[in-house]
Amino acid sequence: MIRDLVIVGSGPAGYTAAIYAARAQLSPVLYEGSVTAGGALMTTTEVENFPGFVDGVMGPELMESMRKQAARFGTELITDDVVEMDLKGEIKTIKDGSGHVIQARAVILATGSAYRHIGLANEDRLSGRGVSWCATCDGFFFRDQTIAVVGGGDSAVEEATFLTKFASKVVLIHRRDTLRASKIMADRALNNPKIEMLWNTEVVDILGENKVEALALRNTLTGELSQRDFTGLFVAIGHIPRSELLIGQIDCDNEGYVKVEGRSTKTNLPGVFACGDLVDHTYRQAITAAGSGCQAALDAEKFLSH
Amino acid sequence: MATSKVTAANFDDVVLKSSIPVLVDFWAEWCGPCRAIGPILEDLSNEYGEKIKIVKLNTDEESAIAIKYGVTSIPMLNVYVNGEVVKTIIGAKPKPALLKDLEAFI
Repeated sequence: MIRDLVIVGSGPAGYTAAIYAARAQLSPVLYEGSVTAGGALMTTTEVENFPGFVDGVMGPELMESMRKQAARFGTELITDDVVEMDLKGEIKTIKDGSGHVIQARAVILATGSAYRHIGLANEDRLSGRGVSWCATCDGFFFRDQTIAVVGGGDSAVEEATFLTKFASKVVLIHRRDTLRASKIMADRALNNPKIEMLWNTEVVDILGENKVEALALRNTLTGELSQRDFTGLFVAIGHIPRSELLIGQIDCDNEGYVKVEGRSTKTNLPGVFACGDLVDHTYRQAITAAGSGCQAALDAEKFLSH
Repeated sequence: MATSKVTAANFDDVVLKSSIPVLVDFWAEWCGPCRAIGPILEDLSNEYGEKIKIVKLNTDEESAIAIKYGVTSIPMLNVYVNGEVVKTIIGAKPKPALLKDLEAFI
């Protein structure tokens, strides 16, 4: 059976696309991912800026609600990973981790983004040995310790603030002298007595035999090298688009973001639409991802009606 | 068979003195990725439970054991053979990737 629409990815973009597509009677299939279902918001805590939630809402709870809303209108949710896609041609073919193959006339790509790594040789070796990308998962294990967070955006500041619940001290390492984070979050971190700012500094090496013991640091203005003891390093320097299955068959820019036509979600392939963090260099918010998921569903609906 | 819960009280008997390899899932209620791999571990336990025993250790309730084994990141999966850790898998992975990591034991 050839389906009308398959949606790949399950953050705010994927679920919102599913809500709209299901309500438009397209009976969408949505691949949620076997371990990444719900997307980036699953590892956040309180979301204070999603409109409609006066007192904030927990990220995982928001995603669970969107998921239920998508299911309520008839979305078929599959908790598996897509491992192969053939998007050229009129009928698109998608293969999942269990080996099932599904065909559809239209596909919405909403695979989001993955954590960016610093790119240090010792980063992967000490991953899970003090190097972490998830404060909400791992912060608990750094009780009463001195830990570092690297980054300067919203996620770095949020992680640093969250980690003060456990750590005795959190040092926020940023290569510039101002934070890129939103003002309310930056102010909260700057006024937190447990957070120390280390401006104009970058991490050049992670030291330790079997676990993180210290960081080698470089002052970005003077070039001066130093070393400081830490038992943990949380990396929050942004994201990279998860377009690895798409490279070569769909137009992406040189950073790997899928290119879309104007203000639409149309890719260069007819019947293939992209939304959420996968296409977004700039805004990367839950609400903008949800908005673009809605656009993708409407674009797909229009495409399928012709 | 389904996975079972392990605590400080039975860790020695269930894990360290087991006659077959034991995979211990260090997890916690509040950890999203831990919950995500929960059903995968149930599947593996049902499919391969005779070759590898899969048990779950709640790091909130059993922090002494978590500290003893140097847990700083969850989910963390340790495989014990004859009381020794012979394999450590950190972070949530899809089922095919876990199967590959565990192929020596199943």
